[in-house]
This record gives sequence, structure tokens and C-alpha cells, in this order.
Amino acid sequence: MAYLSTDKVEHHFHDVVIIGAGGAGLRCALQLADANCRVAVVSKVLPTRSHTVAAQGGMNAALGNVSSDHWHWHMYDTVKGSDYLGDQDAIEYMCRAAPRMVRELEHQGVPFSRLDNGTIYQRPFGGQSREFGEGGQASRTCAAADRTGHAILHTMYQQNLRAGTHFYDEFFALDLMMDDNGCQGVMAWDIAEGRYHLFQAKAVILATGGAGRIFQMTTNAHICTGDGGALVLDAGLPVEDMEFFQFHPTGIAGVGPLITEAVRGEGGYLLNGEGERFMERYAPTAKDLASRDVVSRAIAVEIREGRGCGPNKDHILLKLDHLGAELIMKRLPNIHELALRFADVDCTKEPIPVLPTAHYTMGGVPTNRFGEVVYADGDEKERVMESLYAIGEAACASVHGANRLGGNSLLEIIVFGRACGDQVLKHLGEKQYHPKLDPDCWKSGVARVERWLSGAPEQDDSVRISGIRDEMERIMQEHCSVYRNEAVMAEGVEHLERTAASLSSASIKDRGRVFNTELVEALELENLMGLARAAASGALARTESRGAHARDDYPERDDEQWMKHTLASIGENGVKLDYKPVRTVPMSVDSFPPKKRVY
Amino acid sequence: MTIRLSGVGIVSDMIHLQIYRYDPEKGGEPTMQSFEVPLTKPGMKLLDALNHIKWNLDGTLTYRRSCGEGVCGSDGMNINGVNGLACITPIAGLKQPIKIRPLPSMGVIRDLVVDMEHFFDQYRSIRPWLQSETPVPEHERLQTPEDRAEIDGSYECVLCGCCTTSCPSWWWNGDRFLGPAALLQADRWIRDSRDEMAGERLDQLEDAFKLYRCHQIMNCMECCPKDLNPTKAIDHIKRTLLARKS
Ligand SMILES: Cc1cc2nc3c(=O)[nH]c(=O)nc-3n(C[C@H](O)[C@H](O)[C@H](O)COP(=O)(O)OP(=O)(O)OC[C@H]3O[C@@H](n4cnc5c(N)ncnc54)[C@H](O)[C@@H]3O)c2cc1C
Ligand code: SF4
Ligand code: SF4
Ligand code: FES
Repeated sequence: MAYLSTDKVEHHFHDVVIIGAGGAGLRCALQLADANCRVAVVSKVLPTRSHTVAAQGGMNAALGNVSSDHWHWHMYDTVKGSDYLGDQDAIEYMCRAAPRMVRELEHQGVPFSRLDNGTIYQRPFGGQSREFGEGGQASRTCAAADRTGHAILHTMYQQNLRAGTHFYDEFFALDLMMDDNGCQGVMAWDIAEGRYHLFQAKAVILATGGAGRIFQMTTNAHICTGDGGALVLDAGLPVEDMEFFQFHPTGIAGVGPLITEAVRGEGGYLLNGEGERFMERYAPTAKDLASRDVVSRAIAVEIREGRGCGPNKDHILLKLDHLGAELIMKRLPNIHELALRFADVDCTKEPIPVLPTAHYTMGGVPTNRFGEVVYADGDEKERVMESLYAIGEAACASVHGANRLGGNSLLEIIVFGRACGDQVLKHLGEKQYHPKLDPDCWKSGVARVERWLSGAPEQDDSVRISGIRDEMERIMQEHCSVYRNEAVMAEGVEHLERTAASLSSASIKDRGRVFNTELVEALELENLMGLARAAASGALARTESRGAHARDDYPERDDEQWMKHTLASIGENGVKLDYKPVRTVPMSVDSFPPKKRVY
Repeated sequence: MTIRLSGVGIVSDMIHLQIYRYDPEKGGEPTMQSFEVPLTKPGMKLLDALNHIKWNLDGTLTYRRSCGEGVCGSDGMNINGVNGLACITPIAGLKQPIKIRPLPSMGVIRDLVVDMEHFFDQYRSIRPWLQSETPVPEHERLQTPEDRAEIDGSYECVLCGCCTTSCPSWWWNGDRFLGPAALLQADRWIRDSRDEMAGERLDQLEDAFKLYRCHQIMNCMECCPKDLNPTKAIDHIKRTLLARKS
């Protein structure tokens, strides 16, 4: 046992500790473990339970296996898709690296589907074009049937087993240990044993995934609670662009599970209550494969104007039976299974009822394109926080800006997982020793848990965490949805602040230490609440429409005032907002200046 | 509100469950506790009922869950005597009271949460990663759609443990018999045309215990929530070994 170990806290030394065992965390771990670093991966669930496993449609790369393609076209589509809020240096880096990253995944064993000539199968996805929007639809999304996330996550886990990465499974990260020299490690709670662990490291990487659980209806797993962003907020640092939350056009109506965009990529389309293929009106060229924000808004308008489907006219139909059972079972077997299980629909015969559903967290922990966490220090808007990194959906690099393109997220986790690994290796070259720790550094992490375990026991009239969580989800769903406006959001923000305050008087029933999942839910709720507050306040302040942030009262994009990133932090007096410019200058090519987005 | 449950013929707005409870900190023998949960929607799943209990009735009820849609493999449990994933098991069609126990033959940590360590150790022991000595090409390795189709039905495994913990041979010899899940994955790599270590993989499996304790009892394939067929994979390994000998 190391020097700060006590009977309550075990002290570990690693070169690097990565919080999160999804695709991003595992790709990064692999880069470091293969370079002989002592890497610890701390994850609140077993690695293969991470939400990357649920990704369906695929991963973008301009391989050109189906029709000619170029990374520069991919970059153009991504910048346009981001509604010009994406940082173009990071986007160039990602799109350029993509073909190499996909091939590397294949070499590592990912079971991609194949074309007849033996190369990786690629399908069309939304927002993809050739020749900078002039050459028609591209086929850029590399797929393993409709289970691409499963294929990638399991392969990454397998490779880390080979490489000898240290796994700390079912450990919950509680608190970052920060001092004047940056981040020194993290405090974690061993869920199964009910014990504290202090991980001291020369670099700490947040790879904690998205925060979809701030909404009531979401495609995200129960574990997608934005913990990385919350750790950063707790450390007094800002999160970026949280008001940009992607609503996927096709979640199964009333339940949530995702029906991948690949359905439309393979030739499926949307129908309204009048049997009309309405996307032709909203996006004459791309139609059903317009960008996700465009399609989700179109669906919301159709329903609002009384052209929904079903007895209550409250959803839209996704038709794919015309593709034929054989193609569906070959390319979309998982969709067939999900539709049967969750919508009671055999999609080889009938359409699937769908609705826009909260799906992807474009915002997150601000980073540069090396995965280094940055923060605003007076006039210096991108100061690097030493030894702290963030990657994947938890981070905001920002490659997705105001709206992510489907297939770009699996790409992001692999590209930046690897890039961050390389950056950390450089950092380790300069940082030979673990600095001395403040002997009290473990205390706030412990206090976070003990507040729940040793407070007054739950009474019948106690405030339950499930009640507060329901309230938060409902507020976000009703006040910060696909379409937003001043009055509705202002009310939402006020209500949310009150709900957040009620957390301090909440309690849980379970006082056990061994596998206390009620405790975990309480900690997750604290995390969600911080991010929901940042999202709602950021949305209220942004008086324009851009990407996923669509306002009835400010229907236009306002580049003059708002082509900038939001930085939200939480202090004594609530949410504080600051802004920083978009990095419009790419690494080597010309910048794509903002244009009106037409699909 | 009354919803008719198809299949079981009961008309009821309450679901009756009996759930295995065990708290190591309190000690004592495990018990079965009864709960009643309202049926809230027609397609309601067993996980919805467990969540209802946890969030409204008893916060101490302990189980694992993540994706809620049958892809992460977290919530394998024994439901009316059959292993399955709670999140994709419809309430309709289950005989009531629904009896829920942890996966059989596993060490119980608390309530429905079992220790998966040995199960994963066995998975790790088959060296579940692509092994190849040929230098990688500049582009992707080529694989025909037919060769790729060879691993359909095995790569999809979510490592939930439902099959292995339903296998009587594994209950008796689980320390040495690898069990259906690990063997299905061994077969996945033997079949993958890109892997070059099929011979070594077969050598490693040619053992009276690791492989040959499977007596084709088929419990494994009957309960796999992803409709995979470990029995067939085990048979394929055995046949490949035989073919190698002759
Ligand atoms: C249904 C669905 C389908 C999708 N399909 C696609 C697609 O086809 N193409 C595409 O590009 N993208 C897709 N996406 C998006 C993409 O899958 C995700 O953005 C991406 O997988 C996120 O990976 P990640 O590694 O950042 O996080 P995750 O995979 O979510 O992993 C997060 C990790 O952090 C750990 N963690 C979190 N908090 C803590 C804590 N406090 N302590 C310890 N550990 C913690 C978790 O245990 C987990 O291991 C899809 C998303 C969903 C929801
Ligand atoms: S078929 Fe073999 S592995 Fe499957 S349950 Fe029977 S004995 Fe076990
Ligand atoms: S084969 Fe089926 S039952 Fe067995 S672990 Fe895999 S998914 Fe679960
Ligand atoms: S919760 Fe993921 S499989 Fe059931």
C-alpha cells in the first residue's frame, strides 16, 4: 500500500488513468499500453457494457470503396453540418485521419461487412455529399451490419486484453484532484466492495461519454449521465456548448430505442399521416438524408400542423418494407429485432412509428485537437489545463459544432482516443515523476459519498432522488426540446434551478456499502443536474437558431453575434456564461466560411 | 387502467413479482420478497418493473442494467427458471408471480448482482483477439462477403452469461470446462478468415475438460437472448478437431 493509504482509502500509482471504457477510453488506453505505459482504465460498468456498444449505423471515412470520395469533401460536410460552429482545425484533423483509422480498426479485428471485392462495406448517411455538395450523395459510412458500435467496442476491449491494460471495473469516479499544477489524479469508489481508491497519475483522461439522460425520452443508456463534464464543473472549470443537444429523428415513438439513420441510407423514408413523403418539401435534394437537425425539425412541424400518424397524430412512420426482407435481414438485422421488441412491428412488412429523440451531446469538456482540456483565463480563451484530457462524447473539440453528422462520432472516439494517447506520451516524456499530493486531496471525494450514506435516513416524506430526476428530465423535455423560445425556456430555467436546489435535502434509503446502486444513481443525478443547468441556461441566452438549437422567436442564424462557443461554469450564484471564438482556421486547407445551409 | 395481457389470459393492472434478496452486510439466508407493480404500458419489459420497484418502492433492490435494449449484456438473470435479459423480456407472457433469481451457480454479490469474474476470465483465456503474423497491408485486409458471413451468429455475443450459467456441465465442472460463451468466441476466431492461429487455438482447446465436457444438453442455445447457437459452435470445433486428426 502506498503512502496515502489508510484503512479507508487505497492509494494507486499509474502513469495514466483513463475514466471510461467506451470506444474513446479504450482506444486511448491501447495507444498508451502498447507504448508500455502503466495505464489504468476506471469504468463504472464492465467495459463491454459501455454505451459505444449500442452504436448501430457506422463510422465515416472517405475510403471511396463504393464511389469516389475525398477527406476534404468529408470535412466540408462536417463543417456545414456543424452549422459553422465546428472548429475547423479539429475537423480537418479528424477527416484526414479517418481512412487510416478505419483500416487500423480492420487490422485490429473489427468484423466490418464487406463488398463483393472484399473491401469494407460503406453506406450512405445523412448530410454526406461529394465534391463539396455539388456531386450528389456520398457513401461514406463504414459498417458492421447495424452493430458497428458493438463490433468496435468488443474489438477495442480485446486489444486491450492483449496489451495488458489494467482494468478497474465497476469503479465510480467521484472527484478530480486538482492543484496549481493541474490535475494529479482522481478519487474513485469501488462499487462492489464499497471502498475508496485514490488514483494518482501523471495524466488523467476523461472519456465518460454523453449525458442523454438529462432528457425524458432518449436513445442513451441509463449510464449516460455526463459524469466527466460534471467532474470538470465541480473543479470550477467550464463546459462548452451544452445547449446543442442532438435529437435523432428516428427513436421508436414513446419508448426511445434508436432506429439508425442507416435505414434511410439503405433506402427507407419517412411518411406523415397523409401518406406523404414530406421530406421532399423540406430538403428537395437530400430528402430523407438531410442533416439530423433538419429532419427532426421537419417532423416536429408535421406533427404540430396536424399531419402526424396514428389515432393521436403524435408520431411519424419510417417505411422500409420495400427494401425487401433479404436486404433488411442482411444489413439491418438489429433494427428488425428492436422494432419487433419495442414497437411490436415486423419492419419487413410494416412501417415503424418514430419520433425525434434526445440522442447526442454535442457539447462537453472543452479541448483542443490534442484532447487537452482548455479553459478561459481572462483574455486567454484556450489555456491548457495541465495533465487533464478529455475525449469522445464527453469532450467538445469541437468537431460537431451545433449539429453532429451521423457516423462522425464513432470516428471521433477513435481518432481522438488515439491522438490523445500520442499527446499524453509526449507529456509523460517531460513529466518523469508523480508530484507530491496535498495530503487532504482525498477528502472531498469521500465527502461526496458519505453525504448520502451517513445523512439522516430516508423518511416516508423524504425527497426521493427518483422524483427529482423525473422532474429534471421532464423540464428538459418540455422546455428545451426540438423547438425552443424565450418564455418556455425562461420558465424551464427557473424551475430547474429550484429542482436543483432540492437535491441538497434529498436522501436515499440504501445505507449499505456493498453494491449500492441507489448511491450510484444519486451521484449520477448530481452530475446530470449540473449539465442540465448548463444546457438550459446556455440555450436561453443564445438568441439565434443554429444546428440543433432552434428557436421560434429567433429563427435565423446570427453569425455576427453568435458564431462563438458557450462556456458555462457553475459557481455560488448559479450558472455563469462566457464565450470563446470558433477556430475557423483549418490546419492546411482554406477555411470554409459560413454559408446558408440548404440540403 | 386495465390492460389485457396476451398469452397468459389474466386481466390485471398489477404485476406480481417474487425477487431473490440477499444483502451480505446484513448476512443471513437469502429470501424471496414479493412486490406488486402497476402495468404501465402494453409492451412493458421486466426491467421496467424492476426500475419501478427501485424508484418508487424499495431503493435497495440491486441489479445491473445499462442500455435497456439488449445490446450491453448487463442484466442477465433467471426469470421463472429461464435465463434472460430483463430489458428485452416482455412482462406479457410471463407466468405470475414472476420469480426472479440471480444467474444460477454464480457467486451472489447482492440481490441479482453476481460475480462475473470467472466468466470473463474464461473468455479472456481463449485469447479473444485477432492473431496474425502476416504484415498488415496498407489498406484493409480483403475478406469475401462469404468469409465474413462465417462469423455471423458468433461475433454478436453480448457476454451476458445467460448460456454458460444455464449449462449443467458448467455447473459441475465450471472451474475447467470453458462453457458455451467462451467456446462460441473461440469458434468465432477459428472461423475468421483473417486470423492465422486456428491451429494453436484448436491445440489449446483439445482437452478433456475445456471442450469435451459439453454433452449437447442445448440449454445454452435455448436461452441465448441474442438467438445465437453455442451448441453448434462447440460442435464445429469438435468436428474441426476430428478432421484435423484424420
Ligand atoms: C443508440 C445509439 C446509436 C449510435 N450510433 C452511432 C453510429 O452509428 N455512428 C456514430 O458515429 N455514432 C453513433 N452513436 C454515438 C456514439 O455511439 C457515441 O457517441 C460514442 O460511442 C461515445 O463513446 P465514448 O467512448 O465517448 O463513451 P461511452 O461509450 O458512452 O463510454 C463511457 C464510459 O465512461 C464510463 N464512465 C462514465 N462515467 C463514469 C464515472 N463517473 N466513473 C467511472 N466511469 C465512468 C462508463 O462506464 C463507460 O465505460 C450512437 C449513439 C447511440 C446512443
Ligand atoms: S450444449 Fe454443451 S455447452 Fe450448451 S448447455 Fe449443453 S453441455 Fe452446456
Ligand atoms: S452466447 Fe448468447 S447467452 Fe451466451 S453470453 Fe453470448 S449473448 Fe449471452
Ligand atoms: S440493459 Fe443492456 S442488455 Fe439489458
